[in-house]
Amino acid sequence: MSAPSSDAIIACQGLSKHFGGVRAFTDVAFQARRGEVTAVIGDNGAGKSTLIRCLVGVHVPDAGSIVFDGREHPFSNPDGARKAGIETVHQNLALIDELTVAQNLFLNREIVRRIGPFAFLDRKAMKREARSMLSRLSINVPSINQRVRRLSGGQRQAISICRAVGSGAKLVVMDEPTAALGVQETANVEALIRRLREQSVSVILVSHNFDQVRRLSDQIWVMRAGKMAATVRSAETSGNELVALVTGAA
Amino acid sequence: MSNSTENAPAAHSAGAMEESRPSLSALLLDPSFWADWASVVGLVGLVIIFGIAQPVFLSVANLQALLLASAILVVLSIGQTFVVATSGIDLSMAAAVMLGAIILGLVNAAGYGIFLACVLALLATSAIGFLNGFIITVGKIPDFVVTLGTLSAVTGLGLILSGGEPTMVGSTFLLKLASGSFGPFGYPVWVAIAAVIVAHIVLYHTRFGVHLLATGGQAESAGALGIRTGRVKIAAYTISGLCAGIAAILLVARIGSAEPLINTSLLLNSVAAVVLGGVSLFGGRASILGPAIGALMLTALVNGLTLLSVSAFYQPLAVGAIVVLAALIMRYQK
Repeated sequence: MSAPSSDAIIACQGLSKHFGGVRAFTDVAFQARRGEVTAVIGDNGAGKSTLIRCLVGVHVPDAGSIVFDGREHPFSNPDGARKAGIETVHQNLALIDELTVAQNLFLNREIVRRIGPFAFLDRKAMKREARSMLSRLSINVPSINQRVRRLSGGQRQAISICRAVGSGAKLVVMDEPTAALGVQETANVEALIRRLREQSVSVILVSHNFDQVRRLSDQIWVMRAGKMAATVRSAETSGNELVALVTGAA
Repeated sequence: MSNSTENAPAAHSAGAMEESRPSLSALLLDPSFWADWASVVGLVGLVIIFGIAQPVFLSVANLQALLLASAILVVLSIGQTFVVATSGIDLSMAAAVMLGAIILGLVNAAGYGIFLACVLALLATSAIGFLNGFIITVGKIPDFVVTLGTLSAVTGLGLILSGGEPTMVGSTFLLKLASGSFGPFGYPVWVAIAAVIVAHIVLYHTRFGVHLLATGGQAESAGALGIRTGRVKIAAYTISGLCAGIAAILLVARIGSAEPLINTSLLLNSVAAVVLGGVSLFGGRASILGPAIGALMLTALVNGLTLLSVSAFYQPLAVGAIVVLAALIMRYQK
């Protein structure tokens, strides 16, 4: 596999992670290019989730280096990763049901107005911004003042993606973004990811769905049994080849 | 194709349009509306019923007395609201009020002056709240168990400190606080109004307020988004303790002495007011005006029954029935 190219937003070399005696992955090299959708695929237990968790600071790798946006070992916890510019779209832990769409979009990065020593929420500004964030990604919700509880799974996923992108993140990591969605909703979220690609947002996408990965990504990395087995350009591969790479039949 | 059908989908997009308001009749048929406004509807209903049955109820003097009597409960229910919004419950509130009162009485009796006595009472009750929150978050013990424990421990501490004897508090400052008035309302009512305003601003217009509701709604998700849910929870309990301290000062001012007695109806009514105010006991959903009006309603109920010469023994029965009724209506809340 090639050395990190200069246009990589994130690159890692010789990365290893063990949990006690259990080896999650060893000596993994991986990179994602700026402005591309980079997919990571692999069978259950191949190590892709742990790799992603290392990239977003949930786990600290035992060995190897991570370079994000030109800085080596940039963070050691999820908060640090978020501050450095990596936003994660979690599978389930994404939104607060009882808060409104606008409140969710700005949760923990609320816009405030300072009056003396006090900081008050600037709710008008947040609603205005929330509207423009949603319309930039052509996301339709009935109202930004609606509680998230009453939205569909697809709308919720779209809002959590919008939240991640809208934070000005340099890299958005999505772990199985359509795993829990129906056919129509999956199509909507895929369309949203395609729009991100058109807008040159750097995305890492973890998925089980090979067709989806080929439709959405620019580059595909294949993990197998704790190793990085291969990397291919999405345009130059086929579903059969991906199956072969994932199962080790190639 | 006609213009209106072309516009139909656009009406559902996020940005352009104003939020549509449902018509009044639709609103009145919606059980969720009644659930959200249970305390207001209940208060208005009680005022009408008592006003007809006993016209003295609506006299200015009685209404002023009613507000005065409700001030302590309003302050307590605000504190309870912050805790319930995090999906907790503070059972130690009434015990904290008692300990605050005893500390106030003892420090004042020792000759350190009434202001220091009040400050120390506030600090002591806030410390109890902080301790509650700290044990709950660090020890990962259910709120119910921890505050039940502090309820007992704080009661014991109060009895030990006071030796079981009431302390007279003869202070002109507290006498003025209890009996003086500014404009139409007595000072305790103004204290309660100030508490409502400050709490409302904290809940709806600060980052802490949003984080509080997020913590109560889904603590795990809030944590995943970088909110320090433990700190939020500790802060909520500390606010609850502070409110107990304010209530302790108002209570000592009202009765003129610090008694080593727990007023359990204060605790139960603070939870009842929160439920009547439409605050979800599962957390994540709260208002300040709701519980404050709930507290007013409970006080109005007792006041009205007294004016109608109903025996005091019937009052807890009435309060209980109303709270359970409110909880039933609350099931329709969306």
